Amino acid sequence: MQDEPQPTELTKAVADFLREDIAPLVSGQNAFKLRVAINALDLVTRQLTLEAASDAAEAERLRRLLAMQGSLFELNRALADKIANGELDLQTPGVAEHLWQTTMDKLAVDQPAYAAYRRELQKR
Amino acid sequence: MIEEDLTRSVVAWYPGATGVAGTVKLSGGASQETWSFEIMTPAGNVGAILRRAPKGYGAAPSRAAGLDAEAALMQLAHEANLPSPRVLHVLDADDELGSGFIMQRVEGETIARKILRDAQFADARPKLAGQLGRIAAGIHGLPRSKLPQLKQRTASEEIGELAREYRSLNWPKPVFELALRWLRDNDPGAPEEVTLVHGDFRHGNLIIGADGVRAVLDWELAHLGDPMEDLGWICVNSWRFGEIDKPVGGFGTREDLFAGYEAAGRKVDAPRVTFYEVMGTLRWGVMCGGMMQRFRMQPDRSMERAMIGRRASETEIDLLRLLAPRA
Repeated sequence: MQDEPQPTELTKAVADFLREDIAPLVSGQNAFKLRVAINALDLVTRQLTLEAASDAAEAERLRRLLAMQGSLFELNRALADKIANGELDLQTPGVAEHLWQTTMDKLAVDQPAYAAYRRELQKR
Repeated sequence: MIEEDLTRSVVAWYPGATGVAGTVKLSGGASQETWSFEIMTPAGNVGAILRRAPKGYGAAPSRAAGLDAEAALMQLAHEANLPSPRVLHVLDADDELGSGFIMQRVEGETIARKILRDAQFADARPKLAGQLGRIAAGIHGLPRSKLPQLKQRTASEEIGELAREYRSLNWPKPVFELALRWLRDNDPGAPEEVTLVHGDFRHGNLIIGADGVRAVLDWELAHLGDPMEDLGWICVNSWRFGEIDKPVGGFGTREDLFAGYEAAGRKVDAPRVTFYEVMGTLRWGVMCGGMMQRFRMQPDRSMERAMIGRRASETEIDLLRLLAPRA
């Protein structure tokens, strides 16, 4: 077991420092890059916070849908192949729900401000 | 440096030119650069843009039309009274500037967020979709006999190419597979008429002023194909910048786009437009994956490129909204 603080506490502290203390001092192309850097740290913080639960739920749905075991990568590969060859499609019970849930969980990490994601969140 | 080379070139062909000033690089990719500069003449300065592939640069991407074709198309559009910069000079070996061309600089804005939010464009915004419809119709109506040599691609070839690019990423994405499958099942086949297709008709390649569209730029992806491709691409959600209820670039409706197109004497095929909107959404998603791959493989480990890889999921939700909408 690693010592504390937790990774998310560190990434958040660094992002807050860059946002509050450094951003006001920087301009032009570097200001743009700094914004990208802060966004990247915020993304990592969200992923470290949310990933364990969403990965576990995704793997569980995939095992049920595909009736097989494997790593999350292997399960996604298997689902992708079955959609490609037409074995599974949107009419297959659970497929649409799975794709929606998985995609919503990705957006929650990647781009929670994305307008289409916010619109879909309101539908739940 | 480049300013000296430009001066030598410009005084040789621009009437009365005494030199150049204010040379700034606007963008530089793996195969092309864009520079802005002033041509100095006794009568005043003339704004100009150099678009070139410097000697020794990497080969242009296989989809590219080529800089000579870009110059020819831009000039053809200009002559047809479409909003397009005048081409001032096509580079040759004597210019020692590589290959490419120099065009007139058109003042205005290309940054989508400014076009969609700044007060100075408030009057222009409601007009843009209709204008773009008329402009697209003008592009599609350019006579085939006058066009430079261009690649021709059918929808099936485009789907095949997208599938290959996606598979080469080794990045299993069930939503992308769903979209590929949908595209194959809904391939509309050959269009009634094969025309010039701009190929990248969207924000970033449009110069907008307070009066509306001032220029269409960047013919790098021009090809022969289904004209509905341009109308579908400009409706892709990625180019709405948050204004998701205004499908055309975040500023207009499909109805206005189509009305402008038909007012210019061409017919819209709405289901084909939707097909190309789905294809365009998937294409941008695959391009995001390509950015991630280049970030990993290339020596300049650009953080921006890495973060664009994380925008692929935006296209996944857009594809699901198109193909499996929820109540």
